[in-house]
Amino acid sequence: MRAVVTVTGSDRRGIIARVSGFLFERNVNIEDISQTILGDQFAMIMMVDTSESQVEFAQLAKELSEMGEKIGMTVRLQHADIFDAMHNV
Amino acid sequence: MFSKFDVIETIEMIEKEHLDIRTVTMGVSLLSCVRATAKETAKAVYDLVCRKAERLVPTADALSGEYGIPIVNKRVSVTPVSLITAAFPQQSALVGAALDKAAAELGIDFLGGYSALVHKGTADYEEAFLATIPEVLASTKRLCSSVNVGSSKSGINMDAVRAMGEIVLKTAQLTKEKDGLGCAKLVVFCNAVEDNPFMAGAFHGVGEADTVINVGVSGPGVVQHALKFIPDADLTDAAELIKRTAFKITRAGQLVAKEAAKRLGARFGIVDLSLAPTPARGDSVAHILEELGLEVVGCHGTTAALAMLNDAVKKGGVMASSRVGGLSGAFIPVSEDIGMIESATAGKISIDKLEAMTCVCSVGLDMIAIPGDTPASTISAIIADEAAIGMVNNKTTAVRVIPAPGKQVGDEVSFGGLLGRAPVMPVHTGDAGKFIRRGGLIPAPIHSFKN
Repeated sequence: MRAVVTVTGSDRRGIIARVSGFLFERNVNIEDISQTILGDQFAMIMMVDTSESQVEFAQLAKELSEMGEKIGMTVRLQHADIFDAMHNV
Repeated sequence: MFSKFDVIETIEMIEKEHLDIRTVTMGVSLLSCVRATAKETAKAVYDLVCRKAERLVPTADALSGEYGIPIVNKRVSVTPVSLITAAFPQQSALVGAALDKAAAELGIDFLGGYSALVHKGTADYEEAFLATIPEVLASTKRLCSSVNVGSSKSGINMDAVRAMGEIVLKTAQLTKEKDGLGCAKLVVFCNAVEDNPFMAGAFHGVGEADTVINVGVSGPGVVQHALKFIPDADLTDAAELIKRTAFKITRAGQLVAKEAAKRLGARFGIVDLSLAPTPARGDSVAHILEELGLEVVGCHGTTAALAMLNDAVKKGGVMASSRVGGLSGAFIPVSEDIGMIESATAGKISIDKLEAMTCVCSVGLDMIAIPGDTPASTISAIIADEAAIGMVNNKTTAVRVIPAPGKQVGDEVSFGGLLGRAPVMPVHTGDAGKFIRRGGLIPAPIHSFKN
């Protein structure tokens, strides 16, 4: 399943390492990474493929969110269809 | 493909501007539930609704998790109950209680369809059914009721209008310890639609398929936020921006509706393109109108601003969805919109202005508290005026007023949650009793004869 991981919060060291390591452990493939600044916040957007992961999508989203809390960031996993639907005619 | 800015825009809409799917509503036909007795019918209704909608809440919750967009309400609408209980109308309450129990079992807050369609005439069984409404609304928690008293094609059934004034008043009196809460669950329509997903007026029309998923989108906060970025734009540009925003909001609804229908084994019915406010700050239709340049909603100019908003929402939404229906437009409930509550409390908006606004938006006089001693004939007259607007303009109109028991202008009613709070607003005190007592049918307008 094509999905989008977004990470927002105050910029700090090791964010990409933590998130990508977490995804690697769960067999989620990262297809693209980009970063931007959202107001005074750091925002990282990853395009991922979860089809090889053994972890159920909802569980994956929950674990990512919990991991994010530990490092003081907001981490979300969302199906890519929502962005396709809203931003493409 | 979408860009990183698109991703961020969506996330900001959801997290900061209250973008959500306001309701996923499953329409269920009850026509197969008619049995020889009321008791057996009630049991069949309970069993069918529980079976059909068993997975509604978990499926909606799963979709919400996957797409990362809140789905606020999960609801069920059913065939107008008056049709199911036509053989034993006095015992319709048994079916009402069964539906209320089913709603509790399913974990949903409202179930709509304790309804009757009497726009051309009231059958004997419908008259008996209507008489059960106040008691049923007082004795149930989740059940919603609606009655269609007129249409552009048939005219206005003024006997039903007279009856509904009394029924609204009685419902308020029977729920007086809760400020007349029963009336918040009772809608009187003209040109009711058969696929409306929003409560309290949802019912599953007889022209519909067996089981249908209808979705109502929302997002007044998103529209208001978008307008903040173009404070000096002219109204052509403002309308264009609203259209673009409505497109995005509706696309989210379309996605959820199609996927929900697929997973629940139901037909995808429609997406209702509505801006539905809540009492939360940042989720107000009134504040969009103020963002457009009105000092306060209710001042002169409000009707024009609302007309533009309503039309732009429809145009953007129609492009975004393959099947559009329901009420589709901006909702202007007083108690459920913080901007409306504040304006009404400050005396800046009147019932007359609200009536004018209903000429150009999708619904009618909605969630308005009026003095508890308002005569039934005055409530009927309010219903008649609103039905006339709907009938002549080929649009849905509705009345959901709460004659707050024991309360006067200056007092406030509070229902809590999504139903919000409202100041008691003054109504005109001139007597329309004789007009209402005449009864009969106001004939359909000449432009209804299109055949």
